[in-house]
Amino acid sequence: MAELTQLPLHDLHAELGGKFVPFAGFNMPVQYPAGVMAEHIWCREKAGLFDVSHMGQVTLPLDQDTALESLVPVDVLGLAPGRQRYGFFTTDAGGLIDDLMIARRATDLFLVVNASRKAEDLAHLRAHLSGVAEIDDRALLALQGPLAEMAFSRLIPATAAMRFMDVATHHWQGHALWISRSGYTGEDGFEISVPVMAADAFARALLAMDEVAPIGLGARDSLRLEAGLPLYGQDLSDQISPIEAGQAWAISKSRRPGGVRAGGYPGAAVIAAQLADGAPRKRVGLIPEGRAPMRAGVELFSAEGTAIGMVTSGGFGPTVGHPIAIALIDAATPPEAIIMAEVRGKRLPAKQAALPFYRPNYKR
Amino acid sequence: MKYTEDHEWLRVDGDLVVVGITEHAATQLGDVVFVELPEVDTTVAKGDEIVVIESVKAASDILAPTEGEIVEVNEALTATPSLVNEDPTGDAWFFKMKLDDMSVLDDMMTEDEYKDFIGE
Repeated sequence: MAELTQLPLHDLHAELGGKFVPFAGFNMPVQYPAGVMAEHIWCREKAGLFDVSHMGQVTLPLDQDTALESLVPVDVLGLAPGRQRYGFFTTDAGGLIDDLMIARRATDLFLVVNASRKAEDLAHLRAHLSGVAEIDDRALLALQGPLAEMAFSRLIPATAAMRFMDVATHHWQGHALWISRSGYTGEDGFEISVPVMAADAFARALLAMDEVAPIGLGARDSLRLEAGLPLYGQDLSDQISPIEAGQAWAISKSRRPGGVRAGGYPGAAVIAAQLADGAPRKRVGLIPEGRAPMRAGVELFSAEGTAIGMVTSGGFGPTVGHPIAIALIDAATPPEAIIMAEVRGKRLPAKQAALPFYRPNYKR
Repeated sequence: MKYTEDHEWLRVDGDLVVVGITEHAATQLGDVVFVELPEVDTTVAKGDEIVVIESVKAASDILAPTEGEIVEVNEALTATPSLVNEDPTGDAWFFKMKLDDMSVLDDMMTEDEYKDFIGE
């Protein structure tokens, strides 16, 4: 295995008592002394600071917007300056190479992609676009939670006026921060790209506030699971279409059949057919009837014993107070059907549930 | 108390042995959210996986520390798994065993030996 990359803020995480695990080639803090449960609850009630510097940051020249649009089923040309949109790179078969955020700024396009897919994404972009620049001198932090706005606006008052999915550049102590009002927790908050040389001081300025605590990768996963947000490599993959994964909402109207710039991205025919006629599988939420968590990879069966799919993400939801899971199952499964999950050789019942388990509190 | 290399503690209580996991193990596991206990009156062999314990992070097993019969289990853990984090060496005992041969305890680690074992 290749050597793990250290985060730019590694020393700060170690000083805070972080416990490290390998993730996507990075040595990441999975939790701090408070533990996953307490960190999760803190983020839902106050403000949590996450180091997501493992994620890929990429800029493109503005004139590449048409070319970028040809890789995603998303309206990039119609994206207003100062706004960000969720999207995904599709494969010819209608699966996904990765999911990502696309921001249109005054002078360029800014993308944030998954750490585990950065190499594939960059190769894909470079094969179709020019001027693709990987940003490697910036950390990426996320400040998430109902008190995130109050905390962040003490450092930069103008951030309080940003709305969900706005992007802006503001300066802190002379350093340009690339800020979006978004996140991966189901809470209001910000993702902040900060120059590596200023990252430690900036993180400490936030952590010095009473309402801000560091949150590890463990709680990031339970927070996003409760909020029904998909994780590439589990809920999304090249073998799962965005329709199956419950992400049809992210396919822009202009790119759907009948839209002004319909199709024109890899796998468009497959995805258009699934939009019209349905997909073979569907994403559902699961709530186990017992207390045993049903984790990713658990196989699922109908009450009659037919294999119908698997859990793609699952665990315990600290805010909802019980185990929860996201599953990919045969589309023909009736919504009221009890699903049997094979956990340690036993078939345990679960009810299907609407997603998300926790309704996001975005500032729209 | 006696200790095993699998981070269990054993406490003699009359002619029974009470078994739980150490504070070190509970801390390593993280927040416990699910406990599945063995059936009472089952006979177990050393190393049998007899308890399933799931934390927010992952599932793990607790192994039978020696051979014997399970005579009582702590149902409070099923209802309140977080007891394992709150009081691992007290209220959060897992089961009570009847041993054929109590002398097996003599070969297990003392508290000082266990502390050395975990590097404290």
